[in-house]
Amino acid sequence: MDLSIVSILMLDGLTNGAVYALLGLATVLVFTVTRVIFIPQGEFVAYGALTLAIFQTGKVPGTVWLLLLMAVLAAVMDVRLTWQHTRNAPKALKAGALTLLVPAVVSAISIWAAPRQFSMLVQALLTVGVVTSFGPLVYRLAYQSLADASSLTLLIVSVGVHFAMTGLGLLFFGAEGFRNPSFWDARFNLGPLALTGQAIIIIGVSLALIVLLWQFFEHTLYGKALRATAVNRLGARLMGISSHAAGQATFAMAALIGALSGLLIGPTTTVFYDSGFLIGLKGFVAAVIGGLHSYPVAAVGALFVGLVEAFGSFWASAFKEVIVFTLILPILVWRSVAGGHSEEH
Amino acid sequence: MKFTKTLITAAAALAICGTALADITIGVVAPLTGPASGLGIPTGNQVKLWPTSIAGEKLKVIVLDDATDPTNGTKIAKRFVTEDKVDVIMGSVATPVAIPVAAVAEESGTPQLSWSPAVLPPGKDKWTFRMPQSNAVMAHAMVGLMKKQGIKTVGFLGYTDAYGESWLKDFTAEAEKNGIKVIATERFARSDTSVTAQALKLTSANPDAMLIVASGSGAAMPHMAIVDRGYKGKIYQTHAAASRDLMRVGGKAVEGAFVVSGPAVIAEQLPDSHPSKKVATEFVVQYEKAYGPGSRNQFAGHAYDSILVLEKAVPIALKKAKPGTPEFRAALRDAFETMGRTTLSHGVLNWTKDDHWGYTNETGVMLKVVNGDWKVE
Repeated sequence: MDLSIVSILMLDGLTNGAVYALLGLATVLVFTVTRVIFIPQGEFVAYGALTLAIFQTGKVPGTVWLLLLMAVLAAVMDVRLTWQHTRNAPKALKAGALTLLVPAVVSAISIWAAPRQFSMLVQALLTVGVVTSFGPLVYRLAYQSLADASSLTLLIVSVGVHFAMTGLGLLFFGAEGFRNPSFWDARFNLGPLALTGQAIIIIGVSLALIVLLWQFFEHTLYGKALRATAVNRLGARLMGISSHAAGQATFAMAALIGALSGLLIGPTTTVFYDSGFLIGLKGFVAAVIGGLHSYPVAAVGALFVGLVEAFGSFWASAFKEVIVFTLILPILVWRSVAGGHSEEH
Repeated sequence: MKFTKTLITAAAALAICGTALADITIGVVAPLTGPASGLGIPTGNQVKLWPTSIAGEKLKVIVLDDATDPTNGTKIAKRFVTEDKVDVIMGSVATPVAIPVAAVAEESGTPQLSWSPAVLPPGKDKWTFRMPQSNAVMAHAMVGLMKKQGIKTVGFLGYTDAYGESWLKDFTAEAEKNGIKVIATERFARSDTSVTAQALKLTSANPDAMLIVASGSGAAMPHMAIVDRGYKGKIYQTHAAASRDLMRVGGKAVEGAFVVSGPAVIAEQLPDSHPSKKVATEFVVQYEKAYGPGSRNQFAGHAYDSILVLEKAVPIALKKAKPGTPEFRAALRDAFETMGRTTLSHGVLNWTKDDHWGYTNETGVMLKVVNGDWKVE
């Protein structure tokens, strides 16, 4: 093992780690605001990569139809709920229409654009639109009515949502994997290191997203409202912050991060309908390193997971996953010994 | 009232038994979902094209999804033998599932046509017959070509599951006989996001050739990673990768790859003298008529061949017993062993008492990827 091998492994580890970092941040975000341990985070990654792959073939991805179906269900639920509360038909219908609006527009554009084979950038934007719209709908359908349930109940729901989304993924995308074309085909040779354009994009976009998220939470009213909900749900509600709206916004952001991760990772590996789970799980390990509440520690943890994975597969490829997931044990021990951990609801 | 209920139950039970006695029941266990669904779905497709009767007996086919989960596969197999009283179990296509299913077949005395090259301990395969070529038979064809090309050292990059493991074992044995050494062994999983590290280690060992053991579109990623590291030697792939998904995902990177395959997927390119030419062509025409041009694959071929095997064995077994009875199942098992040479789309099969693999060493065909298509080497 010499310096060139170390540098190649470092680059590989950091590139994967950057994606894990995004997913780790999304996991922390969802957990702090809604107390949901969001296992299906990885599914958004697979949906993102595969939806783009189907757009590339000029067909309408099955996710678009699923989006419409879920939107209709959510709208019906909203109409019913508003009707029960207000007994006011126009108001109820308006609530339903509001839920239906964004997914319907996104689906309509997708169906119109799919056979026209626009440039990859347009297709990528559409993909982000479609997958991001899933976020609030998943929250509305699966979690909203259980918002006050225990973390354990929410975790069980997450497992259910994960299986449902993987199964639907198989239905829409088939069993075989896809590999998307690179967004940037450049190659730079720095000594033994071959830096690909895609690796630069992955690291760049991850950094940009992390900075954006930080700005959003520090400097916007909406971000502050989400943070308030994370700190104390009841208190935030008393201050007039709707916890349902906060939950839906959080899930939209999680789905957005997932979709972007999918686009980033799609050109570097073969993505299968069930690939997302393991990728998301590594993001989850990173989030656990951050104690499910610290963004910077989670991001550093993700890079650490990426590096461990790269070096682990070099030394003992048969035990790679074992090494990565065994990591979580000493960390949990350390956290429970060292952690002055308090929980507010 | 109670009496009527009992009467109805009895009648229902009789009715169920009645149909079970008249038909030949086949229990198909296949991974229609989960990691091996790329192998299982094509077999499920072929099952839909099966005939409705064999030797004048109606066929009753039950297809259940094992989700590539060994526990699930065992449950399904147990259901087949206790509730459905199947005459023959077929599947699974996933090796890790086929192995526990074989245990149920053995326990219950039900013949199993395994659609994966499941390696079982000696004496445990009394009731299990494999439809695919053994990895050893395929390794024979592969090593033959390697020897011709003057390859002395090989790097191995395979799945961390039973498929990868049994290939490593069979290939190493066959290679050593021919003076070829496996000098580096690395593993990966289908869902890995990167195999850069493994590729790095393998290329730094600099073997004459690489062997990648993976299935379907999962075989493309490791191939591309090795090419990406500037490896200039020859790259070999196994018969689970012999589908068009390899070229679809791998594109230019898999040009020049050597892939071992059964004869079924290259029916047109077989010489007229090849015994499987006719059967393989029939299979390809039937399958592609239903599922589109280029959709042919190794796994659907096994499902196709299973019916050919039954068509030969069932008439022999029917002379001894009626379907649905333990005697019929035993007779069917004996018929598999004694029916002699059978020409299938995947080659010529000859099961005997001591050999439940059956294919001869000449079955494997080496293909090369040229301009995104198969060419017989």
